[in-house]
Amino acid sequence: MSRRSPGERSGPWPHLLLTWPAAALLVLFVVPLGAMVAVSFFERSVASFFEPGFVLENYVRALTPFNLKRLGVSLGLALLATLICVLVAVPFTYLLTRLPRRRQVPYLVLVLATLSLSEVVAAFAWSLLLSRTSGVSNLFVWLGLMQSPTSWSPGFMAVLLGFVFIALPLTILLLYPPVSRLDNELVEAAGTMGASPLRAFRTVVVPVLRRAIAGSTALVFIFVLGAYVIPQTLGRPAQWTLPVHITDQAILKSNLPLGAALAMVLLAASSVVALVIVALGGRERRLK
Amino acid sequence: MRGAAVWLRRVFMLLVPLYLLAPIVVILGVSLNERKVLFFPPQGLSLAWYREFFVDPAWSQPAINSLVIALFAGLVAISIALPLAYAAWRYRVRYARLLVGLGLAPFALPPVITALGALVLWILLQSYGKPYSVVLSHGVFLTTLPLATITLGLQTLKPELVEAARTMGAAGGTVFRTVILPHIRPYVIAGFTFAFVLSLNEYIIAYMTVGFTVETLPVKIFNSLRYGYSPVMAAISFLFFLVAVVLFGIVGRVGDLPRLLGADAPE
Repeated sequence: MSRRSPGERSGPWPHLLLTWPAAALLVLFVVPLGAMVAVSFFERSVASFFEPGFVLENYVRALTPFNLKRLGVSLGLALLATLICVLVAVPFTYLLTRLPRRRQVPYLVLVLATLSLSEVVAAFAWSLLLSRTSGVSNLFVWLGLMQSPTSWSPGFMAVLLGFVFIALPLTILLLYPPVSRLDNELVEAAGTMGASPLRAFRTVVVPVLRRAIAGSTALVFIFVLGAYVIPQTLGRPAQWTLPVHITDQAILKSNLPLGAALAMVLLAASSVVALVIVALGGRERRLK
Repeated sequence: MRGAAVWLRRVFMLLVPLYLLAPIVVILGVSLNERKVLFFPPQGLSLAWYREFFVDPAWSQPAINSLVIALFAGLVAISIALPLAYAAWRYRVRYARLLVGLGLAPFALPPVITALGALVLWILLQSYGKPYSVVLSHGVFLTTLPLATITLGLQTLKPELVEAARTMGAAGGTVFRTVILPHIRPYVIAGFTFAFVLSLNEYIIAYMTVGFTVETLPVKIFNSLRYGYSPVMAAISFLFFLVAVVLFGIVGRVGDLPRLLGADAPE
């Protein structure tokens, strides 16, 4: 690696360079998280967002059966959406990276464009796609598969489709570097030894990428779990996830301390699940 | 068996883009309706809703807000990512590595939590609702992207190149200007583009920091969803997609997109 050569003096340069990044990250990223922890113990105040103090009431309210059920719904929906994303993205990314680089570009542009698409736009577009007047059900009617057009949004399927839509491009992009760097010779060797492409994919490609897949899965899961607009817009109250209630408390019900406590519960749950996923990926596996 | 693999490949390479494009096709269709209806396929063809977006200040003002915020947020993101990635790569400073980890961390948090943290911070600093609050919060949140691309760029820089320049007597500043910067420039531009486009589209942080003072376009669309849908919202949504395709298309045209996204192994 190109670290500085021995004997070269770096002097004050690195510290000068790092002053602004360090200050920005500390003040704008670390402090807010710390402050949020503090606020989760504060008392509610309608006049000034919160009143400094130390009460556990917010956590008592955050852990009521109602909120725990919301947490369960959030985790379940996020896990299901993540699972679908990974099951689609792993083979897709593999096939994509086996194309010549030039032919990959249009796919990558599409993936980047949908990745960056606002969650608001995604929610709006899917609510149209699943609506009665402009939705796919009209296509099914035209094809003779259905009697009359219906609306599928809001509902469970709408939320799931929306989640997969916003998370699939992220999954593909996270998997792209490790899958691209995968040595083609490995697969060819499997082929020479008589494995079909499908079998080579299952027995060579997936095991080699196990750790990368687990890492990407954890990040995608966290991303889906933290989404607000999709469940709020495409879901019925039964599918409203914890972020919907966090935002609701923090902004509309002026109960920032409870919002912060709920956020801590969400953070704790997401960290545990993410760590489990990474652990399932295990250590680097060598080929037998 | 080989037949099955070929067939599967075709299905995947067709169905995934189709799934990603289906909602886009519908918003495009709905945006072309002649009257204020949400039919797909559209009834009559008209670009009136695109015109409304550009001439109605209720829509164009949030668009301008979003563009200005995204531009400055992108610059903030680069201002953090570039010195950080460079210092971590160039110097053996222990806390630089730590800071890189910190810079990559925002993407390992549920978005709603980052947004709530920003809300609490700006309330404490008595700057809740101030325009610069969203610029700085976006900048730090999105710095992950240029940090990732620039780090990648530095990793793919051949060490011999830097070594050669130094051996031939080039000073640190000259090496940076003549060897390192030209190599990482596309990665910086790509990182800025990612941050810019994502800031333009970001909803929850913008809503929690300046939702009631500076309306960004995603916030405006979301607020309007409650009062009923209009084809103008479909027009704007399609424009969002178009802007992203054009910008990333340019990046892909000028630079080597697979490389910028990490297709090459580090040197």
